Amino acid sequence: MDNLKLKSESIKVYYKDFQALHGVYMNIQANRVTALIGPSGCGKSTFLRTINRLNELIAGTRTEGQIYLDDKPIYDKDLDVVELRKEIGMVFQKPSVFPMSIYENVAYGPRIHGIKKRSQLSEIVEKSLKAANLWNEVNDRLNSPAARLSGGQQQRLVIARVLAVEPQVILMDEPASALDPISTSRLEELISELKKHYTIVIVTHNMQQAARISDYTGFFLNGDLVEFNRTDELFVNPRDKRTEDYITGRFG
Amino acid sequence: MDKYAGNSLTAGALRYRSESPKKAGGWLGSGSRQMETGIEFLLKLSAFIGILAIILISLFIFAQGVPLIFKIGWLDFIFSLKWSPSQGSYGIGAMLVGTLVLTISSLAWAVPLGISTAVFMAEIAPARIGSILGRMIELLAGIPSVVFGFFGLIIVVPFIRNYLGGNGMSVLAGAIILGIMILPTIISISRDSILAVPKEYKEGSLALGATHMQSIKGVILPAAKSGIITAVILGMGRAIGETMAVVMVTGNSTMIPGSMLDPLRTMTSNIVLEMGYAAGDHQAALFATGAVLFVFIVILNLVVSLSIKEGKNYAE
Repeated sequence: MDNLKLKSESIKVYYKDFQALHGVYMNIQANRVTALIGPSGCGKSTFLRTINRLNELIAGTRTEGQIYLDDKPIYDKDLDVVELRKEIGMVFQKPSVFPMSIYENVAYGPRIHGIKKRSQLSEIVEKSLKAANLWNEVNDRLNSPAARLSGGQQQRLVIARVLAVEPQVILMDEPASALDPISTSRLEELISELKKHYTIVIVTHNMQQAARISDYTGFFLNGDLVEFNRTDELFVNPRDKRTEDYITGRFG
Repeated sequence: MDKYAGNSLTAGALRYRSESPKKAGGWLGSGSRQMETGIEFLLKLSAFIGILAIILISLFIFAQGVPLIFKIGWLDFIFSLKWSPSQGSYGIGAMLVGTLVLTISSLAWAVPLGISTAVFMAEIAPARIGSILGRMIELLAGIPSVVFGFFGLIIVVPFIRNYLGGNGMSVLAGAIILGIMILPTIISISRDSILAVPKEYKEGSLALGATHMQSIKGVILPAAKSGIITAVILGMGRAIGETMAVVMVTGNSTMIPGSMLDPLRTMTSNIVLEMGYAAGDHQAALFATGAVLFVFIVILNLVVSLSIKEGKNYAE
């Protein structure tokens, strides 16, 4: 049984004069993987970044519409963005490990949210690294620089760092695009495990990946959500001609 | 053209003359080949002259100064507080302390102020204002030191004399002027290193629910650490080496200052004040002062390169 986690209503985003999204409606179900696909510049990453309000960092960006997390409107004047981002974690395209040790990377989030006790932090670090399938590879060198890990390990470390804050939703912006095939398949396995506890929204360029790991897929084109459906439906029986053209590789 | 394969500077510099360096010989005749050899020789010669000049000056300083250091005993030379050339006693202890005191007291206020300014310009001010401020700060770095010294002499020294006591020529006046002079170095290098922090770090931190200030303190400043340390050490190098402005506002007495309102003399001041009339051992003692300064700066540079290496360990 699916439960609604995020509901987007008429989301429009403008970068100065350019309109990047033309009113996106989408229902994102809890404990499911929702994939956003489409050609470069179609607005899928922009939409992802509206969910944790990260677009606001770019000067000249304006967002209209509303997104509800459960029933909370996240584009509310009184909403604390910091609290929102605690609930909605994000994994970026380029593994963005901080220039510090593996341990400190994971402990960073809990620390800024006020956990100071070393024993408690260590517990969170271990739990998060285990949940990100990284513990066995790094438990003997938690204090070495995170930058020495491989790309795939760095990406899982970033996921562990997100898990340490205990979010409800995890946003992933092309998390596998910088990884080799083996690291990618490990990451996909991890995503399938994570959806037991988290709601995942993933932007991907790779349609096979979307088909493999997601339950729902949204196809974006030129700032519009052209089609949104269960992944098995959308890939087998696309309703829109443009979706069909895209997934059969006629453009993009 | 194979012989130029390893010399990209020569090949690159001439590419505009000969569409493709591979063709240069055959295409434009042997004249161009000769010219290339000639330019390569000139480049080698310039490098040789530049490096030779530095080596000769260093050798000269040490050759002039070191015998005197050993004649007096290096411990005595460095730590003795008695500098009175007329009686043949050469101890630069007070000057060494003077340099240290002045450097530390100017860094003490210029470093926190400079880094905070850099953070403001790179992170908080809108990008356009940040870059306008940056250009102004760089302009400040171009003002000759004698102008700063003159400002100190006319404004800062009388202010201290009238409101804080003493005759105004003091550690405090020197620290204020020297601090202002090293601020541009600290600000612009710190700012550059903060701007060079990948935006993924900041976004990653904000996406975890950190505030802007938490992200600056927790991720951005640590990531920019090696650049900021470089900025501080370059500022320190400038503070140690600065002479003109310091001579003009610090009073130059050869005693260890007892308070911020007392005068002091730095090693550089010592050289510039006495070089006009020094001869024999006295002159050698000034060169020896220079040699000590030289070693000081070399140690500083070593610290810089080590700290940068340390930083890279984590970043790369």
